[in-house]
Amino acid sequence: MASYLELDGISKKYGDKAILRKLNAAFDEGDLVAIVGPSGVGKTTLLRIIDRLEEPDSGEVSFRGEPYSRLSAKAVQKRIGMVFQNPVVFNASVFNNVAYSLRFRGVASEELKNRVLSILRLLKLDSLSERSALTLSGGEAQRVSLARAMVYSPELLLLDEPTANLDPHNVSIIEDALMECNRENRTTTIIVTHNIFQAKRIAKKVAFLLDGELIDYSAVEEFFSSPKDPRTTSFIKGDMVY
Amino acid sequence: MGGFEFLIDGFLKALQLISSGDPLIATITLLSLRVSVTATLLGAIFGIPTGFLIARKDFIGKSMITTVVNTAMGLPPVVVGLVIYLMLSSFGPLGFLKLLYTPEAMIIAQTVLTFPIACGITISVVMSLNPKLKETLVSLGAPGIWEALILLNESRLGLITAIITAFGGAISEVGAIMMVGGNLGGFTQALTTSIMLYTNMGDFDTAIALGIILLMIAFGVNLFLTLLQSRSKIKRTV
Ligand SMILES: Nc1ncnc2c1ncn2[C@@H]1O[C@H](COP(=O)(O)OP(=O)(O)OP(=O)(O)O)[C@@H](O)[C@H]1O
Ligand SMILES: [Mg+2]
Repeated sequence: MASYLELDGISKKYGDKAILRKLNAAFDEGDLVAIVGPSGVGKTTLLRIIDRLEEPDSGEVSFRGEPYSRLSAKAVQKRIGMVFQNPVVFNASVFNNVAYSLRFRGVASEELKNRVLSILRLLKLDSLSERSALTLSGGEAQRVSLARAMVYSPELLLLDEPTANLDPHNVSIIEDALMECNRENRTTTIIVTHNIFQAKRIAKKVAFLLDGELIDYSAVEEFFSSPKDPRTTSFIKGDMVY
Repeated sequence: MGGFEFLIDGFLKALQLISSGDPLIATITLLSLRVSVTATLLGAIFGIPTGFLIARKDFIGKSMITTVVNTAMGLPPVVVGLVIYLMLSSFGPLGFLKLLYTPEAMIIAQTVLTFPIACGITISVVMSLNPKLKETLVSLGAPGIWEALILLNESRLGLITAIITAFGGAISEVGAIMMVGGNLGGFTQALTTSIMLYTNMGDFDTAIALGIILLMIAFGVNLFLTLLQSRSKIKRTV
């Protein structure tokens, strides 16, 4: 049976530089996978291909059994939620920043209000609801960008370093929200992080991206206790020079 | 009477005319406002969406069109007046409309001037938006119309500047409306064209009064813009 999300031989070059090389991976429904790897290996590129912001040079992505070549980019994006590495917020209140995502989908009135307020509560933004999003701190703005991607209950949630440069308080709010969403709604989640401790804390599986491939991809305990690849061992120990 | 007393005397009489609510001055002011406000709104209604599309879409000849629009922002009003005159005159292609020497002809002429201003400023404002805004909207699955609305909202300060700049150009322009309106008493007399007429006739009191009103309108509009810009300065980006 086909997996929930399948990447089949994905290659991507920028100029002469091969970033992804025939990358294969499969993600199961309800999974919470952390993708780790050194800076510049193509983690963001991989997420952008899954969200169809970028087309691979070759290879095919299939989502719930349907290849991307048979789906429009818009249709895919409607079903996937993505949080960018350095998010921007819209010049509107916190409430409206989050409500837009539902308005795009024709949700209105009471239902819209209830869903926005509940996601704001989950990310501890309820007291900032009426504030202009442009006046938020970095951590608050990051949580707004998470809320607007989660509010429409996407079938797949992609997160690109959602807690980089944040203090422990913001980090724990975000991690708790992601784990709760994954537990309660079985939201399939892929989180890119350079922080292996974060991967250990929240992920069920960990994938290690290096040299254009996922060179190691296993359950979290196994990934850390008995890595298959010596390069994974050196990355975990923190002595990988790259 | 010395030169300065002559000026001061004219100024005082002008103030008297304005404060007494002189019907001629009121008619001229209202016509001017009606023509320029309408032309500004029309220029914005067509210019802003056009500018948005030019800025957002990639197509062959995009930089060419942008250059044409930017050049058109500085069209000489007299030339615009001449072209519209030729179109509307009884021997022109639109002569059957019988619009020459009417306020409608003045509105058409000024719309030709306000359209490229609204369009050109919109292009530059929308092009300078953070590209991440658009990408975020795409990844959130925003339908095209929502994407446009939110990006225009992000550009709102620049768009208001565009509208006010267009209005400022229209209200103070004289060449185009003179040629197609003809400055007919009580019918197509605008502030600028009347100032010329009354100065030529030696009626300096009326000319000065109209000049004061024109300046006050221009000043009021710019004051509004400055207030708006300073208000939005409190906002910051993350
Ligand atoms: N549009 C582009 N044009 C050219 N090169 C690009 C482009 N986008 C990314 N790259 C390059 O591709 C490589 C992978 O980039 P990517 O952003 O995917 O890395 P990353 O793993 O997310 O890194 P980080 O952990 O620093 O965010 C980098 O060397 C980057 O410079
Ligand atoms: Mg990255």
